[in-house]
Amino acid sequence: MKIDRRSFIALSLGASVGINFSPLPWKLTDDLSIWTQNWPWTPVPERGEVSYVRSICTLCPGACGIMVRKVNSRAVRIEGMRNHPVSKGGVCPLGLSGLQYLYGPARIKTPLKREGKRGEGKWKTVSWDEALNAVTKQLSELRANDEPQSVAWITGTERGTVPSLIDRFLAVYGSPNFIRPAGAHDTLEQAVYLTQGQLGTVGYDLENTDFILSFGAGLLDGWGTPTRMFRLHGNQDKTRTIVQIEPRLSDTAAKAGRWIGIIPGTEGELALGLAHVIIRESLYDSEFIETAAAGFENWTDESGRARQGFREMVLENYAPEKVSRITGVPQGTIEDLARRFAQADKKVAIFGRGQGSLPGSIREGLAVHALNALVGSIHKAGGVSMVSDPDFAKWPEINMDETASRSRQQPRIDGAGGERFPYSRYLLTMLPEIINAASGDSPVKALLVSEANPLYTLPDTATARKAFDRIPLIISFSTFMDETAAYADYILPNHSNLERLQDVPSPEGLPYSVIGLSKPAVKPLYDTRHIGDVVINMAKALGGFIEDAFPWDNYDAFLKEALSDHWRQLNSRGFVEIRQPSSELAPYEFATASAKFEFLPSTGNNSGGDEPAAWPQSAPVAIEGDTQGFPLVLIPYDSIRLASRHIANAPFMTKIIDDTVLKKQLVSVEINPQTAGRLGLREGDTAELSTPRGNAVVRVHLQEGIQPNLLAMPRGLGRWGFPDDWYINEKGVNFNDLIGPRPDPLSGRDTAWGIRAQLTRV
Amino acid sequence: MSTTDQHHAAAETGQDKTPLPPAEPKPTADDNAPWIIGFFFVAGLVGSLIVGWIIFPELLYSEKQQPIRFNHAVHMDLVSDGCASCHYFRDDGSFSGLPDNSSCIDCHGFVMGVSDDEEKYVTDYVDQDREVPWLSNPRQPDCVFFSHAAHVKGAGMDCAACHGDVASRTESRVYQENRISGYGRDIWGHSISRLRKPAANEPQTMKMNDCARCHEAQTGHKGACFQCHK
Repeated sequence: MKIDRRSFIALSLGASVGINFSPLPWKLTDDLSIWTQNWPWTPVPERGEVSYVRSICTLCPGACGIMVRKVNSRAVRIEGMRNHPVSKGGVCPLGLSGLQYLYGPARIKTPLKREGKRGEGKWKTVSWDEALNAVTKQLSELRANDEPQSVAWITGTERGTVPSLIDRFLAVYGSPNFIRPAGAHDTLEQAVYLTQGQLGTVGYDLENTDFILSFGAGLLDGWGTPTRMFRLHGNQDKTRTIVQIEPRLSDTAAKAGRWIGIIPGTEGELALGLAHVIIRESLYDSEFIETAAAGFENWTDESGRARQGFREMVLENYAPEKVSRITGVPQGTIEDLARRFAQADKKVAIFGRGQGSLPGSIREGLAVHALNALVGSIHKAGGVSMVSDPDFAKWPEINMDETASRSRQQPRIDGAGGERFPYSRYLLTMLPEIINAASGDSPVKALLVSEANPLYTLPDTATARKAFDRIPLIISFSTFMDETAAYADYILPNHSNLERLQDVPSPEGLPYSVIGLSKPAVKPLYDTRHIGDVVINMAKALGGFIEDAFPWDNYDAFLKEALSDHWRQLNSRGFVEIRQPSSELAPYEFATASAKFEFLPSTGNNSGGDEPAAWPQSAPVAIEGDTQGFPLVLIPYDSIRLASRHIANAPFMTKIIDDTVLKKQLVSVEINPQTAGRLGLREGDTAELSTPRGNAVVRVHLQEGIQPNLLAMPRGLGRWGFPDDWYINEKGVNFNDLIGPRPDPLSGRDTAWGIRAQLTRV
Repeated sequence: MSTTDQHHAAAETGQDKTPLPPAEPKPTADDNAPWIIGFFFVAGLVGSLIVGWIIFPELLYSEKQQPIRFNHAVHMDLVSDGCASCHYFRDDGSFSGLPDNSSCIDCHGFVMGVSDDEEKYVTDYVDQDREVPWLSNPRQPDCVFFSHAAHVKGAGMDCAACHGDVASRTESRVYQENRISGYGRDIWGHSISRLRKPAANEPQTMKMNDCARCHEAQTGHKGACFQCHK
């Protein structure tokens, strides 16, 4: 018997025939057809119970209503809250990306203690008890050494219960240094205070107006509540004229009815130029001027001196020909615009650049506010008015000990409210220089930072870092590892916005109040703690009067008690709308000494002479840099696609940024083709951008919608503190690296709308 | 050319050559050759049939036990709505499917000491806030959209019509999972050739053709592609 090749072939043949009479080939084919389609990367919607959580988005101060869609316990989508009075169902790109912030890799998951040097990135996980003990021990020591005023707390806003708890803590601890960044609304509020004597929030009745004259406000670039502005723009029922005055063709300018290009920094002069035409042609609201205004006509003051009134001052100094030369706006345009604005039925002028994070100069704020007064838009429908800011949170009284009451009276560390700047409340941009200039120890011995990222948002970040180097103790409450958290000694991570129960203050620019309640959509994912709870914990650990001022077990208990009557509505509906009359005074009554609108208020600080400096006489602050070395001017711009406040862009948002703004790692600087040609730069070239404060490598983008010799760069890039898989680090340049603060001589706030620059090809 | 011719040719050429012996059929080395081949053919045939019918189904399916041995019969006695007590329709019309801890926790919030499995459920799952990773026999691939509402509410079908008599089971069945496709054996059916159909009180097969057959019988049409493959 010989087993050879033929046997083997026979075997195979038999097997082949047999296998086809078995189910194997057919079943295997069916299974393989399924297996080949089992791609693990195909996203499949989760199955489970669908539910919605009504909440308010707090990723920016806009406070839009949101609905968080959940499947089982996982949040899967953020939608708008349809019946929210301000956002009306809309949600902006930042709000939509909220889940990436919640579930993404930038989260700090436990309390951390720094190891190694600041900024090195070495951390040790510690327990909450350990972290809180270490922090309160150091705070105790400072108090025992009678230096509680050397503690400062930087946070995002002063409105809402959490900031109020922080301020309460500082008060009873003994520090006056509750600091937050200032913005355009602060300048507007100060202008209102000076002219009207009223202190409080100011709102614009944009929904009812016929003519919006925007001096650079980024109405569609993230100003105010973005969804409110989108809807306003999209609402075609009303024929509403929107005129955007801005040096660059922004998205807002492109969508406005009319864009008027202007030499940057001269917006105040243009406002007064418009006022000139309105006064000259008697187009102003004479009823308002005659019955409710002071300082319009020439008058004699108390000491018997003759004073020039607003009318004469404007007519003398702001003729259209002169203003045209200063601003670059054609004379005919100025006159035509003034007439159209004044003759509209309801009209309002808005002040503030971009998203409003730059305070600007007080003279500019006063000029625009005076323009509003001139046309009778103060406290009228479609105009600008005070908004009652109901603080219906109930607060038990504070009892302070001697240390606290003594130290709380000390001058603020940032100089606000002091002799030089009596009307300003917060001057964060002055802080780095104050710390750096101090001989000996740093005047700030402990710094706490929450809902803020000063090492990113302060102008001249290098100087800010130097100042922070001198502070012995830095504590961050940040939810994300950002630039300031990277510099901290202890991080006590707060819950993310979708894990927190917190009241939400009314957004800026609204002519009425809407208080919201941010509700937790999911249980906390990590070992984080609500900052309200941490403040209460710290107070209890410090004991004594401090502990007594915080009689609540935790923040949740405090909030329900504080909101009392409004709790039910806030809890079920998510918001409370308050449309009280904006002022207890009659429409044309103001709280100034004269009970009238003061066109030429005294600004309260002495420049040495006998009479207080009236605002038009103070010279505008020039931008930094000499024209020889830096022949161009660099200005920042805001975009709805770029988060430029304390948190960095979410990956979703970075994805929708155009290549002409950000390409790979390089941010584009916009430049007029004429200027580019002169400098030998073409579209897409790499160039070195230099200013007196710093240098950066950028990409060139030719833009016809920008004035010659002007450069524009977006804010929000140049992050370095976020983790690498957030896809934002090292992309672009932080505008704040390239600019420094230029304090307003009257308010102390930063007026630097730009800086001189040079652009050279590399 | 015949051998005689060859001889003639050789003779004519005058070559003095020893004539070749006459050609004979070559003797075969082995007389059983066809049988060897036949034997191997049959061996291959039988072997492949055994592999295909017996070994293949055995290897194809892995066997797993449910994480908790769940007794349906005991629970059916305790609830008032039958299957719908735990497998219910939500307000928005979606089907809740396999229940999660929230359905069980009212009774199983603490150990009752009734059985080992009941204790295991409370300590390993309820107390640790963990959902039980049940192995689902009727689970369809992701490409399939199936609406319980259309069949139960719309067509008035009974649960047992497709799922068999689950209510009277006292034990969890072993879960057999196809190693290649990843789905339960119930879908194709326990008969590897699909020649033997499951009885009425057993879980019915759920391949596309099974759905199509019932659709045709009930509605006169097998159904359009997009109705189930959205």
